Amino acid sequence: MSDMESFRNETRSWLEANCPASMRLPEKEEDMIGGGTKQVFTNPDAKVWLEHMADKGWTAPAWPKEYGGGGLSQEEHGILQDEMMRIGARAPINGMGFSMIGPTLLDYGSEEQKKAHLPKIASGKIRWCQGYSEPAAGSDLASLQTRCEDRGDFFQINGQKIWTSGAQYADWIFTLVRTDPKASKHDGISFVLIDMNQPGVTVKPIRLISGNSPFCETFFDSARCEKNNLVGQLNRGWTVGKRLLQHERSSISGLAGGGRRGRYEALGRLPEIAKQYVGEADGRIAAPALREAVLINQMNQRAFGLTQRRSMEESHSGGTPTFATSMFKYFGSELGKERLELQLEAMGTQSLGWDKQSFDDLESSLTRTWLRSKAGTIAGGSSEIQLNIIAKRVLGLPD
Amino acid sequence: MPLVLNEEQNMLKDAAKDFCRNNMPITQLRKLRDENSEAGFDRETWSQMVELGWAGITIPEDFGGLGFGYTGMGVVMEECGRTLACSPLLATAALGAGCILHGGNDDQKNELLPRVAGGELLLALALEETPHHSPYGAATVAERSGDAYNVTGSKKFVLDGHIANKIIVVARSSGEAGDREGLTLVMVDSDADGVDITRTIMADSRNAANIEFSKVQGELLGEEGKGADVLDQVLDIGRILLSSEMLGGLQECFERTIEYLKVREQFGVPIGSFQALKHRAAQMFCEVELSKSVVLEALSALDESADDIAELSSLAKARLNDTYNLVSSEGVQMHGGIGMTDEYEIGFFMKRSRVCEHTLGSSAFHRDRYGVLQGY
Repeated sequence: MSDMESFRNETRSWLEANCPASMRLPEKEEDMIGGGTKQVFTNPDAKVWLEHMADKGWTAPAWPKEYGGGGLSQEEHGILQDEMMRIGARAPINGMGFSMIGPTLLDYGSEEQKKAHLPKIASGKIRWCQGYSEPAAGSDLASLQTRCEDRGDFFQINGQKIWTSGAQYADWIFTLVRTDPKASKHDGISFVLIDMNQPGVTVKPIRLISGNSPFCETFFDSARCEKNNLVGQLNRGWTVGKRLLQHERSSISGLAGGGRRGRYEALGRLPEIAKQYVGEADGRIAAPALREAVLINQMNQRAFGLTQRRSMEESHSGGTPTFATSMFKYFGSELGKERLELQLEAMGTQSLGWDKQSFDDLESSLTRTWLRSKAGTIAGGSSEIQLNIIAKRVLGLPD
Repeated sequence: MPLVLNEEQNMLKDAAKDFCRNNMPITQLRKLRDENSEAGFDRETWSQMVELGWAGITIPEDFGGLGFGYTGMGVVMEECGRTLACSPLLATAALGAGCILHGGNDDQKNELLPRVAGGELLLALALEETPHHSPYGAATVAERSGDAYNVTGSKKFVLDGHIANKIIVVARSSGEAGDREGLTLVMVDSDADGVDITRTIMADSRNAANIEFSKVQGELLGEEGKGADVLDQVLDIGRILLSSEMLGGLQECFERTIEYLKVREQFGVPIGSFQALKHRAAQMFCEVELSKSVVLEALSALDESADDIAELSSLAKARLNDTYNLVSSEGVQMHGGIGMTDEYEIGFFMKRSRVCEHTLGSSAFHRDRYGVLQGY
């Protein structure tokens, strides 16, 4: 038996023994675990599952073991994902610790920072959020104004961040701040890590069109940041911040999951839903215009998945990937948004219910997921920003 | 299935790139067109391609070919697509040889395939009878007469039909046009009695033919009434290899257009600095990248005899149709007035794209097929 085969067998039996039955059921958005000191486990199985996986290092399978990860190779990681998919196992935990700041610290953090922060992410003890956008710095992120001043043995932070997803549940915030107001806008920025559990940090949730409040405003009023929480060099934070954005964009486009898990899978298979709601004729979705649109979306989705796989194979075989993360972020988020619009079209008025009593689970969660999906092409750099980046960085078109 | 080329395939691709650039640039197509070439391709260049083994890339070594596989042929087709090279590769080496390889008996394979690989035998597949691709649409009749079959009917848009030595006719021994059952493949000599060939020059300056068959005697290829089993496989091979050619054409067209956006100045700046054009260029880039992936996956599927060849062939052909159409239309638009001139080459890509689009199935055809294969 090859090493990979025995790894697959071991993984399979370990998962069988350790993944509770209720953690193999489809997951609703409100069931997702983000970890941190404020996490409430409504289902005790979720806690058990998280602890088992964290002990194994499989909450962050590809991170080195010394930082609480699983130390798995790309191939082993793929096998773990396959085996989890096979039994429908939920991700034990999600969040920006895993998709954004963790990978960024692995790239740019000091040894001390990696040791201090990564194991607490991997174990689910500390949850992170992102302090990037400001009221006057959206697409033009580098114009951010949150001030960070040197007070001798610490930094003092004053200003406001916005669209800080999950800030009300988070323990720490990674933040882009202005450390040199006189320098040109990209050159006076630093990347710092701030403990949110202090009087100088205030969080105010924002109610969104979906009726939920996943985003917040976060205010810094003479907040304190220890100097050892500066990541990278002073005034060179833009470089670190851009790398983090790449991780964020990969995560939004579904690239981080290796293209294995389809976006909005919990909402069912679009073609089946279309058949169910509009009927079928001769084995085909009965409404021809809708069928054509569904086919275009599904075929694009398949081509997109193949392209994600190709990108991984190219980087694995030592070649330089010929395309930017921006392409995946742009195309993936647009596809996802389009898919939800098609599901609305297929389900008609049954897709537009607001009260949860008169509509079934799928129907009422669809309405909100559809509204939420509109953020996919805005957050992490809008589609228009991604197209600018492709034009400039990949195609070399002039400014 | 691998989505990256191996070393041998990369070497073949580089060799094909050099050959096409040096021996069959777009100026050759223009010359063939302007001189109203009798064959529609350059016979000397074809001999050189045969020397390189390209006529038999996918033909097994036992039958005189290279046995290099479909991904290998795909990269050659891609490079041919970049220079809009005219040759019998699609009609003879992909479709014709495919029919013999998948339908022929041992005698037919032993006799014919080495002659295909040697470049001396040119083939054509006579399939269509209407303006739209219809694999099972044959009304042309095949009647058994002793050991032979007599074919009677009309065929349209027979690629290379004006120069093929042998024509494989998709005919019907039972049933009605549209039925999958009852199709029979009959191979006839193009100079046999009762064959009337009319050459049709298409917008892309390549050739097809309308052919009338009246009681033409030919030999059976495969089983009577079971022609669709062979045809399905061969058409998917043809669609995937044509998609490879289209991939080359659209990349070349896209790259030329991006280059033009960088050098053409208006209002005192390069027009590529305008966001209206940048965004369209970036969107095209995404479509081009997705196109590369589906072609590679479909070629690998052929090489590995995977069970989803049919789906992938429709996925690839539909996407390549749409992307080539988009990139070549935008190519002309972004070149402005000069894109409308015959002197400039960008328009050649647009003409080729539309002929490819209607060869072996439009996007509507392939999306419908993909949906049916997926159960919706």
